[in-house]
Amino acid sequence: MYGALWRVLPGPVWVRVLLMIALFLVILTVLVLFVFPWLNTFVNVNDVTVGT
Amino acid sequence: MVPAASGPRRVSVVGVIGELLITGGVLVFLFLGWQLWLNDLVVGAGQNSAGVTLSHNLRGSAPLHAPATAPPTTKISFGDPVVAVAPGDAIQFAVMYVPRFGSDYARPISEGVGTTKVLNKNGIGHYPGTQMPGAVGNFAVAAHRTTYGAPFKPLATLQIGDKIYVQTKDGYFTYDFRGLEYVKPTGVGVLEPVPEFPGVPATDRVLTMTSCNPMFSAQERIIAYAVLESWQPTSAGAPAAISATVAAKG
Repeated sequence: MYGALWRVLPGPVWVRVLLMIALFLVILTVLVLFVFPWLNTFVNVNDVTVGT
Repeated sequence: MVPAASGPRRVSVVGVIGELLITGGVLVFLFLGWQLWLNDLVVGAGQNSAGVTLSHNLRGSAPLHAPATAPPTTKISFGDPVVAVAPGDAIQFAVMYVPRFGSDYARPISEGVGTTKVLNKNGIGHYPGTQMPGAVGNFAVAAHRTTYGAPFKPLATLQIGDKIYVQTKDGYFTYDFRGLEYVKPTGVGVLEPVPEFPGVPATDRVLTMTSCNPMFSAQERIIAYAVLESWQPTSAGAPAAISATVAAKG
């Protein structure tokens, strides 16, 4: 999987490394901004009120 | 030299499954780091700066320190506290200062205890129907103890005599911490005008803070009680213990 990605990326080694890092940062940004907040709404460790 | 394999390299199914599992594990740790640390810090800092801004708006042009007319040793009484009317849902109307939680601790208090509108965003929420700051009865609030800025994270570190300050547009209310209680999530008795004594007419002015217990669990609730010790109108300036926090720039 990652091996295939590495072979698909163009350019010399240092360009590929930079591309991999950039790709990771883009995915991380999407996770932090959209996926994690959505996922957190299902994590029920946060009940702080009393009620029936 | 090993001769290059002819044609595209074969991708093994087991290899892909293994990489997917590793990726999944990394994602779980990333999520935990975000939830417990990054998001907590970001939301908490946002709440603090919102508290500082709100504090300035509530104070308006009133002086930070009382005019030096009386000797500082004299205890001035301002009569019965001025009690505000509860605002609309999710509107921020007060700021809470707790020196035990940090010298820069200034978190806004909003009306309502809705999860998405108040607790996950603004921080501290006021139970609708309970009394307002300074009123005879029970001023009951709730906030997270973990995640989303966790305004009540150090709730269990409060000690007898610790002061909890609440600032409204009318003045500063100094509450004196009395003790902790642990109840089931259905323990609505803590919201009574006299906590845990339904129907008893109130004479004290109580502050009740609720949060989750144990931390990272929804099994129980931790309750902190404080009783109004004194109040001073906005024109009299902020109590000395929090004047530096009140003066902080937003």
